[in-house]
Amino acid sequence: MTLRLHTVLAALAAVALALPLAAQDTTARGVRIGLTYQPGTRPGVVVLPVNGANGDSIRMILQRDLDFGDRVEIVGREGSTVADVARQQGGTMNYPLWRALGALAIVQATATASGVRVAVHDVAATGILNARDFTLPTPGLSAGWRMALHGVSDEIERWITGTRGAAQTRVAFVRGGRIHIVDSDGYGERAVSEQGTALSPAWHPSGRWIAYSAFGPRGTQIIVRDLQSGGTRVASPRNGLNITPEFSPDGSLLVWGFGEESGTDLVAAPYPGGGDPRRITVGRGSDNVSPSFSPDGRRLAFTSSRAGHPEIYTADVDGANVELLTTYLAGDQSYRSNPAWSPDGRVVAFQSQVAGRFQIMTISLRDRGMKQLTSEGINEDPAWAPDGRHLVFTSSRTGTKQLFVLDAETGRARQLTRAGGARLAAWSRVLDRTP
Amino acid sequence: MNHRMTRTLLVVAVVAVASACPRNTPPPVTPSPTVNQDSIDAAERARREAADRAAAARQDSINRANAAREDSLRRAREAVEGVRSALTAPIYFDYDSDALGEAARSALDQKLAILQSNTGVRLRIAGHADERGSDEYNLALGQRRAASAKRYLTQRGIPEAQIEIISFGEERPAASGTDESAYAQNRRDEFEITAGGDALRSPAGT
Repeated sequence: MTLRLHTVLAALAAVALALPLAAQDTTARGVRIGLTYQPGTRPGVVVLPVNGANGDSIRMILQRDLDFGDRVEIVGREGSTVADVARQQGGTMNYPLWRALGALAIVQATATASGVRVAVHDVAATGILNARDFTLPTPGLSAGWRMALHGVSDEIERWITGTRGAAQTRVAFVRGGRIHIVDSDGYGERAVSEQGTALSPAWHPSGRWIAYSAFGPRGTQIIVRDLQSGGTRVASPRNGLNITPEFSPDGSLLVWGFGEESGTDLVAAPYPGGGDPRRITVGRGSDNVSPSFSPDGRRLAFTSSRAGHPEIYTADVDGANVELLTTYLAGDQSYRSNPAWSPDGRVVAFQSQVAGRFQIMTISLRDRGMKQLTSEGINEDPAWAPDGRHLVFTSSRTGTKQLFVLDAETGRARQLTRAGGARLAAWSRVLDRTP
Repeated sequence: MNHRMTRTLLVVAVVAVASACPRNTPPPVTPSPTVNQDSIDAAERARREAADRAAAARQDSINRANAAREDSLRRAREAVEGVRSALTAPIYFDYDSDALGEAARSALDQKLAILQSNTGVRLRIAGHADERGSDEYNLALGQRRAASAKRYLTQRGIPEAQIEIISFGEERPAASGTDESAYAQNRRDEFEITAGGDALRSPAGT
């Protein structure tokens, strides 16, 4: 053991000499939340082994959430070296050693009777950056316990980077005609609607309700399901085509596409009050579907075929001031659809045909600059995580339709679902009040 | 009362006398006639043959009548099936389009004539799309395709109430596969008779 530790220390010393230290941020002015580290780099973070009940699970979940957040670099992921070094140090932190290992922050968690106690060490400042006791619901490892622990991860991410993570969230999607939900890390997948043909789930900002469309004998209806009680109600008062629901950011408005015999227009009804929907778009026989709200709730991005083939438009929530957002290419059979307004309000993600295959792109609302984010397989139906940098979308890259999560900044992608056919994902807000 | 009793006694007496008689009279002797057995057989044979011929003729006429009836039933059934298949034959569309091409219009003209002769028929038109577009947009496209066919019929006099429309988008493909031939089969309107399909009549003049 001693020999092995010596080997590790020698290796670390070599690394420390070879690499410039990343922690020298000389640009910081005034108060800044989180660690100081060079822009464009990701701070290295070590998650120490966790003592107490379910310690291994706690460490694994915290470490994976921080990794999926893509804002930090996990150091010593496999844990054996970290465990050895930590054990040798006993109760004291050997900051220079961790620094040599590439860590700027050390997450030290201990399971307590009521939850978990977390301290985050700032390696450069050689002291505790932040510490707190978090309460976790019982029993351990339950769905509610996991979701609360994801909230701990998100708070740790905020301490370190200044930006809250988005691990304490779920993704709703369609598989086999039923709405499913899954935790942001891919665990806890379950169906929440009956057998049938349900499509286009949308989260209420509270996380309590999910709206979706469902085929019925007299057309397609908008159903709102209460995830707490399991109860449902029909939110669309008229027979016909009722599709692609979306809640406003404050949850007070439900917008969807309604079609009878002369195209499909966006309509809006108060939520949960209901009442007669009022028409938003004037499509004159064209299709106007897939609405997405701007974060301030004032504008909508949507798919419209009013100029021939589908493009992305924006309009005020009352339908005024319509603008074409994506470039209309005359004679081009390809099209753009399924917009998702980013939570920071700066870009709209959408799908666009590139050489006959859909790919995920973003367009800047400031200068209309476009970025293509995917190229492997067919990629559709983007939806933003509340952190504004991750997107969930449907991809055919594995041979079947599955959900993938993409970090729009680094391009790193991970697979969220694995069982047959998943599509039309919607990402919840942070679920800090939902069990 | 007295009269009835007297009559009853009289009847009993007459019956008693009559039943007593045969015992006292010997049976009459009747001479047996001379019989020609051959002529009897011939007559019997002739009678049977005539009966057989009559039966065969009767059966033939029954068979002929049955055959004629079955034939006309079959023709009627075939005619109804022809009407039904003309009424429910799908029509097809170009990519991302609800425009009715020549073949679609000709198929709709046939349906128009049938609907005009069968005012009790209710029709449901279901619009479908191929899998290449957006899942969500394709629902609206399917609705437009169904509405397009309905409009063609109602603009030519079919009452609104006789036709309902629905869209299944790309959710219920008719053909699996990822080539143009499968796509072309999936960009369609399907026609389903939802009422009045049991007594379909051929359109007038056909």
